[in-house]
Amino acid sequence: MDAMQRPEPATAAPAIQRVEIFRTEHLRKSFRTPDGAELLVLDDVNMHLLEDEILVLLGRSGSGKSTLLRMLAGLVPKSGGVALHRGQPITGPVPGLAMVFQSFALLPWLTVLQNVELGLEALKVPPAERRARAIAAIDLIGLDGFESAYPRELSGGMRQRVGFARALVINPDVLLMDEPFSALDVLTAETMRTDLLDLWTERKIPTRGILLVSHNIEEAVLMADRIIILGSNPGRIINEMRIDLPHPRNRESQDFRDLVEVIYGAMTARPGGRDAARRQVPGVGLRLPSLSVNALAGLLEELDALEKNTANTRISLPELAEDMRFSVDDLFPLIEGAELLGFAQVEDGDIMLLPAGRTFVDGSLQERKQIFARHLLERVPLVARIRSVLDERFNHRAPDSRFLTELEDHLSEDEARRVLDTAIDWGRYAEIYAYDDNAEVFSLDNPQAEA
Amino acid sequence: MALNFRPPPLPVPNRRDLIALPLIIALFFIVAHAGREMAVPFHLGQTLDISLSPAVLPEYGLYTVLRMLAALAVSFAFTLGYAWLAAHNRYAERILIPALDVLQSVPILGYLSITVTGFMALFPGSLIGVQLAVIFAVFTSQAWNMTFSLYQSLKTVPRDLQEAATLYRLNAWQRFWKVELPFAMPGLLWNTMMSMSGGWFFVVASEAITVSDQTVMVPGIGSYIAAAIAQKNLPAIGWAIVAMIVIILLYDTLLFRPIVAWADKFKFEMTASGDAPRSAVLDFLRRTRVLRLLAVIPSLLWEASVRLTPRVPLRAVAAKSRRRWADGVFYAILMVFAAWALVRLLQVLPRDFGWPMVGHVILLGLITGSKVFVLVALSALVWVPIGVWIGLRPRWAQRVQPLAQFLAAFPANLLFPLFVVVIVHWHLNVDVWTAPLMILGSMWYILFSVVGAASAIPTDMREAAQNLGLRGWLLWKRLYLPGIFPGFVTGAITASGGAWNASIVAEVVSWGDKTLVATGLGAYISQTTAQGKTAQIALGVGVMSLLVILTNRLFWHRLYDLAQRRVRLD
Repeated sequence: MDAMQRPEPATAAPAIQRVEIFRTEHLRKSFRTPDGAELLVLDDVNMHLLEDEILVLLGRSGSGKSTLLRMLAGLVPKSGGVALHRGQPITGPVPGLAMVFQSFALLPWLTVLQNVELGLEALKVPPAERRARAIAAIDLIGLDGFESAYPRELSGGMRQRVGFARALVINPDVLLMDEPFSALDVLTAETMRTDLLDLWTERKIPTRGILLVSHNIEEAVLMADRIIILGSNPGRIINEMRIDLPHPRNRESQDFRDLVEVIYGAMTARPGGRDAARRQVPGVGLRLPSLSVNALAGLLEELDALEKNTANTRISLPELAEDMRFSVDDLFPLIEGAELLGFAQVEDGDIMLLPAGRTFVDGSLQERKQIFARHLLERVPLVARIRSVLDERFNHRAPDSRFLTELEDHLSEDEARRVLDTAIDWGRYAEIYAYDDNAEVFSLDNPQAEA
Repeated sequence: MALNFRPPPLPVPNRRDLIALPLIIALFFIVAHAGREMAVPFHLGQTLDISLSPAVLPEYGLYTVLRMLAALAVSFAFTLGYAWLAAHNRYAERILIPALDVLQSVPILGYLSITVTGFMALFPGSLIGVQLAVIFAVFTSQAWNMTFSLYQSLKTVPRDLQEAATLYRLNAWQRFWKVELPFAMPGLLWNTMMSMSGGWFFVVASEAITVSDQTVMVPGIGSYIAAAIAQKNLPAIGWAIVAMIVIILLYDTLLFRPIVAWADKFKFEMTASGDAPRSAVLDFLRRTRVLRLLAVIPSLLWEASVRLTPRVPLRAVAAKSRRRWADGVFYAILMVFAAWALVRLLQVLPRDFGWPMVGHVILLGLITGSKVFVLVALSALVWVPIGVWIGLRPRWAQRVQPLAQFLAAFPANLLFPLFVVVIVHWHLNVDVWTAPLMILGSMWYILFSVVGAASAIPTDMREAAQNLGLRGWLLWKRLYLPGIFPGFVTGAITASGGAWNASIVAEVVSWGDKTLVATGLGAYISQTTAQGKTAQIALGVGVMSLLVILTNRLFWHRLYDLAQRRVRLD
């Protein structure tokens, strides 16, 4: 059956009402930090999942896409707004729903067959029927012959097949997938995607809707009927688009590439209002991307090289990703870091080197450190704050817990630690301060021995 | 797909069945016989005849083994219940976990001193009471750290497994047996084995104890050796040592090795490791035909239990978030209770003993404490260099590791008489020369932890050190000592705990009518137990627990944290 016949085209008459599986209105999720401050991770999410569609939630890390998925599954309670499953409020684990995990979440002490039977056992399906259904699911997903194997004997792709079999054996109404292919190698992931699409388009599975969480733009364009793009800090819907390309979709086709480029632009775009709002925040709680200085230097050098080779100052992001042999998603923290420090600028899915970035690339080791230090102090409030606190104190020492507590007003505990670690790394490289990991203390001990 | 699920017809027994079946049936008879013998009539004051003929040792050994097994079963049941409750109920957790920390700091033989009279009163006119007291003592040596291990594992079940279990609607029963317990299995098993090796010491020590000036004995290896000491019979002590060696080896081969080999599948790792533990006994049993049918029983029980336990309701409500006022009430009640207990203690202490007495006991505790400390330091000086030397030579390490584990399991109190004979003969200083007895059983933990850690130092680091020309003290200071530090700390904590426990039996030792008493809290507890002074026993045990908790908190835990943070080789 042709896939295009099933999802109603976007232009079709709205008279044919399609049934909603999930619906959220002004859905909100916040966590409470240890000292009682409220931390918003998802705000004002209005979305729905219709029957017979594959919806992809696309976003960068920190956009709360996995949290949204888990709220819909009933695993994580909401903080505000409305979340409905087939018209009923979601209060706990939603029935008739299966999930495929990024980490597979298989039980290593059970065989493939026992893993697949697990959900049926919980539903009290009698043993004989249970076994028959499990074996059928294993056959369907292409695992026959491996029934008595333990997960550790299988390759990553085969393990995720077990994950799919376990999900499909309960004949789920909805299939939720949390980055199911991102732990697999490129080829395996591609095969698995195609296999899943075949099952779906040929209606070999009774599942009525699929919700896929991904950070992979090409994966989203390959599989989705509709894509919702989530922005970060706090996570909210920043864009939504239909994908009407016929299946099987060709990655090399111009339509496909154009779509990828458009989504790139959408994901890097910063609506003026939001950006301005962000600047107004004192900024200590600015989320620094986890990024080593070496990787940043590598990016800037690559941009410089591309610029010289192509004599073009604007370089499109997909092109850059391809050139650096990076998956498109690994690029984001790099680009974010380069923009944050004022070394590069992104516009409409294109990136260009700024003068400071060029000076950095051309500089010697010491010059690089100096320009990095200057930009760091000017543009990263956290680093500036640490330095000024150290300057003020008579012994020029401060425990890291002091800054950690301050960060936790704005960020979750883990995130605060991660951001502070990045600040430690950058500050050390720039010789703005020293850090003693044993004592967990910042100091000005010998930060600029040479200069 | 049409599949046939009729149960397979009864298989024809194979050659292995012919060997295994009679053995198993004989085992049932032996256990039944021993069970009857262990419950013979008994009155306090009556002396049980302990024969010193080597011919009785198999039977006595059997009794000792059965006590160990019974204690193990009880510990296991206790662990499952206690740890599950602590891991799943926030309020229970706040009470149970600190309580567990205190319970494991109480000297094991202290429990025995306190409880034996109670157990005997429970079954008047029968030996069962004493049997239970012994089993209880062994239980207290095993249960706490098994429980800790299970609790910690239950709290660290990976989030995705928990989510999968919730989404696929496993109820609490299925979740526990399919997800939580298997995940906890490797740690629990390891701790059980460590506990067992400590358990031999206590089962031997508690089979013959003096309560209220009466020596109470139950037939077993421990009472055999006590009788041998009373009669100054050196050959009998030799026989007991041989019997113990055989028992421990049999226990390991027939019970633990098969279980460890079987439980290898519970390791939470996704890479197939090269050398999985093997057990000839397990392989043998797996190849039998009829016996394998027995394996059907657990799965039938499981099916039945699945049918009986309720399904998760279709619209299950997720756990409610915490309620602040409930927390407030809970803590308020706890505070009031703690304050009341403290006030009562301050009232009771001076009335029953007077402060000078309390001070004296604390002083005794400090003396024993410093002995423990010096002993751990001395054994470190001896065993760390040897352990590193062995650990760096894989061929040696492979041979020494099981030996060290065996020595740690071997109840050192069987060897005490040999030392006492020497001390008595040469008129040596009692305080100094009985001290090594305290660490005799537990210093092996230091050896095998260090051997383990040293053999885990990555080869490339050793090659790099060699390449840089590091040698002598510098090599030790920069590579070997930091490398083995975490392992050493783990071993030293175990050794120190073992030494505290052993002090109760090691500070009062005898040979025939000669009794040597060293100065220390262990001697105090053991003497007050012999005199049946309940209040003093409680004071001694209380002070010892307090000191153990303090040294753990102030010294060992910090050292452990440091080791975990600073010098991890990963």
